Amino acid sequence: MPTDLAVIGAGPAGLAASIAAAARGVRVTLVDAAPSAGGQFYRQPATGLGARRAQALHHQWRTWTRLREGLDRHIAAGRVTHLTDHHVWNVERTSTGLTVHALSGPEQETPVAVRADAVLLATGGYERVLPFPGWTLPGVLTAGGAQAMLKGTLVVPGGRVVVAGTGPLLLPVATGLAAAGVAVAALVESAGPEDFARHAGALAAQPGKAVEGALYTARLLRHRVRILPRHTVLEAHGDDRLEAVTVAALDPAGRPRPGTARRIPCDTLAVGHGMLPHTELADTLGCRIDGVAGVAVDDEQRTDVPGVWAAGEATGIGGAALALAEGHIAGRSIAARLSGTAPDPRQWERVARSRAALRRFSTTLDGVYAPPAHWADQVDDATVVCRCEEVRAGTVREAVGRLGAGDLRTVKLLTRAGMGWCQGRICTPGVAGVAGCAPTAARSPFARPVPLDVLAREPLQEGPDAC
Amino acid sequence: MNPLELAGARPEPAFTVTFDDRELQALPGWTVAAALWAAGITSWRTTRRDGRPRGIFCGIGVCFDCLVTVNDRPNQRACLVAVRPGDVIRTQEGTGHAD
Ligand SMILES: Cc1cc2nc3c(=O)[nH]c(=O)nc-3n(C[C@H](O)[C@H](O)[C@H](O)COP(=O)(O)OP(=O)(O)OC[C@H]3O[C@@H](n4cnc5c(N)ncnc54)[C@H](O)[C@@H]3O)c2cc1C
Ligand code: FES
Repeated sequence: MPTDLAVIGAGPAGLAASIAAAARGVRVTLVDAAPSAGGQFYRQPATGLGARRAQALHHQWRTWTRLREGLDRHIAAGRVTHLTDHHVWNVERTSTGLTVHALSGPEQETPVAVRADAVLLATGGYERVLPFPGWTLPGVLTAGGAQAMLKGTLVVPGGRVVVAGTGPLLLPVATGLAAAGVAVAALVESAGPEDFARHAGALAAQPGKAVEGALYTARLLRHRVRILPRHTVLEAHGDDRLEAVTVAALDPAGRPRPGTARRIPCDTLAVGHGMLPHTELADTLGCRIDGVAGVAVDDEQRTDVPGVWAAGEATGIGGAALALAEGHIAGRSIAARLSGTAPDPRQWERVARSRAALRRFSTTLDGVYAPPAHWADQVDDATVVCRCEEVRAGTVREAVGRLGAGDLRTVKLLTRAGMGWCQGRICTPGVAGVAGCAPTAARSPFARPVPLDVLAREPLQEGPDAC
Repeated sequence: MNPLELAGARPEPAFTVTFDDRELQALPGWTVAAALWAAGITSWRTTRRDGRPRGIFCGIGVCFDCLVTVNDRPNQRACLVAVRPGDVIRTQEGTGHAD
């Protein structure tokens, strides 16, 4: 299929970009790992489930309908090709453009290459979970993961759930689970009213968002969900599966208040401490990454690598509305640049204004929602911090103390933390916190595990490096 | 209200799969993880070092905690792989290879 633009990721950012570019005559191939379009926010129930009221699980359904219809129209007209179930593991720069390497098929072993003049990275993000005693017990999962299971398969975890951590995702997850008939025993949020009060002005500048939050809260109260602000989960209990959690109130310094610990029985803990961007593809392409914030882009959503744009949460966490705005601008910029003209940003001024406002709002939220300042003190030496390699906090502390490791890379080399299957995506923030080092973005040679025979066949721009 | 009712689902007919020789009912469109969860099963792997049970964690293919053996193929991510009629799902011990 002749392709001008390859879009990686069919979430809000990738869809908005594909539609904006296709409407301007660009031939788009949209590549996504999921079986259907939508990304995380608009994840759809699998077709075989015959859901006639999927909107009951969603917000902003009208926007989704518009995106879905736009995509279908461009697919029917032959302007967009949507490759579902395609996992991209590398994007390669060649003398004539860019090649996107994906794996497809039920076993993800069939290599597929898409050649394009431009690539948009719209790969979104994943949840950050900081370690605590018991977090490896079955029954403990990410808040977004619980949401993804609910939206995609209409299956809910267990019968009695605690939703905990910090961040704007906890409210929709708790309301979603409660509406689906799960008993939500508590919503445990480490931010407290004083954190919101400190940012009241900036929060009020986005009235729509404040109303959204209030609606969620009202719904939680209707489902009789207990909200515990300025609280944290100290420990998850159980032998081979979760049976209860201990929660405690936090003092102003972010330490558990003595005497406030209490046990809440539950079979599921949906936990998250904010989100991190997917940056691996950008990293192997050589794009500049802004620390742990995301792929660096200019006003047109261009990265510093020619022909490569990025939009949505891959460029920084900010929610679905921001992803839509960034994707739209990226799509228009790409359409102009591919036809050899510089775009006129005045044409997307309204969208750029909303992008700026949403970015300000998400910076404010970062100030409101933060994990307890001293969370690492609660992680005892026996707690596994790297889930893949089963590296304990004590081993990490020993690497820093007795062995003198001074940075995260040395800690990883000495302990093997971050060198397992997930390539450090999950454990990096936790290991960094326990070691007292600055976190860096997880670096891996490939965005997906790749069968060796595929590697042997594919020409590579860079070999896999040692760690 | 359960999620199927909430979403007004009219699923296609269920089919049978096995997990460690136990028969389970699965719906078309489910992932392996969904089928196991729906049957009340929360772990389907033991870790290489400490032999501890693990199941789903990130739910979106990032963490590799949910690895499971499906039809004799180890290291399948249960949260991504679609369940198919007749699948033989097994707890994955360690690396999933007899080593
Ligand atoms: C598990 C989870 C659940 C969430 N649930 C909610 C919610 O209920 N409410 C809410 O307000 N926000 C939710 N969020 C936040 C959500 O990420 C954003 O609001 C929004 O979806 C971001 O849009 P995006 O287009 O940037 O990325 P996403 O929507 O994340 O879309 C990225 C897409 O890229 C694909 N992708 C990524 N890497 C590759 C690759 N290598 N190869 C092929 N495809 C790839 C993914 O399959 C995905 O479809 C959730 C986040 C997560 C991680
Ligand atoms: S649960 Fe994380 S990869 Fe499946």
